[in-house]
Amino acid sequence: MALDVAAIRAEFPILAREIDGHPLVYLDSANTSQKPRAVIDAMVRCMEHSYAPINRSAYRLAAEATDAYEAARTAAKRFVNAPKAHELVFTKNATEALNLVATSWGRANLHRGDVVVLTQMEHHANIVPWHMLATEIGIELRWVPLTPDGQLDLASLPALLDGAKAFSFTAMSNVLGTITPVAELCRAAHDAGAIAIVDGCQYVPHNVTDVQAWDADFLAFSSHKLCGPSGIGVLWGREALLDAMPPFLGGGNMIADVRLDGFTTAELPAKFEAGTPPIIEAVGFGAAIEFLEGIGMTEIRRHEMQVAEYALRTLTERFGDDITIHGPTNVEQRGATFSFAFRGIHPHDLSQVLDQRNVCVRAGHHCAKPLMRILGAAATARASFYLYNDESEVDVLADTLDGASDIFGF
Amino acid sequence: MPGLEDLYREIILDHYRSPRNRGELPPPAAHAVGHNPLCGDEIEVYLDVQDGVVHDIKVGGQGCSISQSSASMMSQAVKGKTIDEVRALVHRFKSMMSIEELDDADPSVEVKLGDLEALQGVVKFPVRIKCAVLSWNTLTEALEQAGA
Repeated sequence: MALDVAAIRAEFPILAREIDGHPLVYLDSANTSQKPRAVIDAMVRCMEHSYAPINRSAYRLAAEATDAYEAARTAAKRFVNAPKAHELVFTKNATEALNLVATSWGRANLHRGDVVVLTQMEHHANIVPWHMLATEIGIELRWVPLTPDGQLDLASLPALLDGAKAFSFTAMSNVLGTITPVAELCRAAHDAGAIAIVDGCQYVPHNVTDVQAWDADFLAFSSHKLCGPSGIGVLWGREALLDAMPPFLGGGNMIADVRLDGFTTAELPAKFEAGTPPIIEAVGFGAAIEFLEGIGMTEIRRHEMQVAEYALRTLTERFGDDITIHGPTNVEQRGATFSFAFRGIHPHDLSQVLDQRNVCVRAGHHCAKPLMRILGAAATARASFYLYNDESEVDVLADTLDGASDIFGF
Repeated sequence: MPGLEDLYREIILDHYRSPRNRGELPPPAAHAVGHNPLCGDEIEVYLDVQDGVVHDIKVGGQGCSISQSSASMMSQAVKGKTIDEVRALVHRFKSMMSIEELDDADPSVEVKLGDLEALQGVVKFPVRIKCAVLSWNTLTEALEQAGA
């Protein structure tokens, strides 16, 4: 069944906002998503009704807050079909989750000369932590190249994975929209004796996620991209791997005992959750997951494929060679995130002009500078669609792009 | 498009379409590269300083209309100027961009912004100020390298 986008939009208070008489056309959800009333209300209710410290006090209010925090973990477990709730560690965001793996798993398991394989379409969050490890202990990084239409070129994968200890890759590119064959990549990693680390930051908000079907070892994702608040994300990892890893941050909550001569760590997941966590954010995160589940991830994916199809067709038909859309042209192989170049107008200028009609797009390198160098662009404009966007917003985008040419005279 | 006239003035678009002093200078000319880490814009400034005067300047790199036109106008404005005049101009430009105070300017150095006045409208678009200032920061770095 088709999504009732009007009804969904009514759930997002910010989408009613106008600037200079123009309705908000929010096409920047790959950056961060807007928040539905259910999330806002859950967070306000937590603060007004049941806010207290978690995990450390005997009174009822604290028990209530602890239950609400743990309910979010259970929701996240269900959302990605993880085997066990305590395999999900709450982090600040996907970036911190990937840093946790690189730092904690990496330092314990990698030695000078060991190989970690990444792809050329990674976000900086899945590059820089490994560069840092390379500087620290001298690991070697290898890169899976791309095909001309922005997919992973898997021909060289077995050779790249030969002798590798880890393969860390995105499930969906934040620049190209490309959806990668995660299960196949996990299998290739395991065949080579490497672990498979999945950056699900862009994928999880838009698709059904099943870490068991993938046979992944780690998965990182963020709340703020799936209609939840910023400030909280998840690292899911196999219990045996997490158990064997040293802690990441030290402090309260992550210890079993502390003495003058040392410490022992708490059980999972507390072992990786030092300090007071984002409690209110966890409640909002849980509400966001329930909101998306209520609509259905299969339905959301189907809707976004329709919008992606319409966007590709409309932009191509209207602008022909004047527009270059990066990434796959088959919507089965991509999400509704489009980086594009338009008539030689710099993306920063495009974004400025689009803003005059309250059309919000990202302009820049999208925290993926190695990929941008491969595309031969210092920057692109990026329009990204979510469950609350529809075809009419593609039309507004196209109409406003047309207006940009008038200013620059191209 | 209404609202953008102050930003995209004709003189700015003219410098964007036909940037002045584009190119490179061979060593021993000073060379500095500036990056805007947020949007990926990149400006290269080559500076040939002789006897305390900017004998020649060339600009390379890529970026939006604001960063490119600012660099182009800057290159015109500093060519032939003494180092003191260039520093005063940098200061004057940055104060126009509201990121430096004008009070402590050296009153003995006369500064004319000329075409650069056209970039005044950028101040109304705070996110674009860094675009306009990128080439000026790169120029300052090139001055340091030139030992000026």
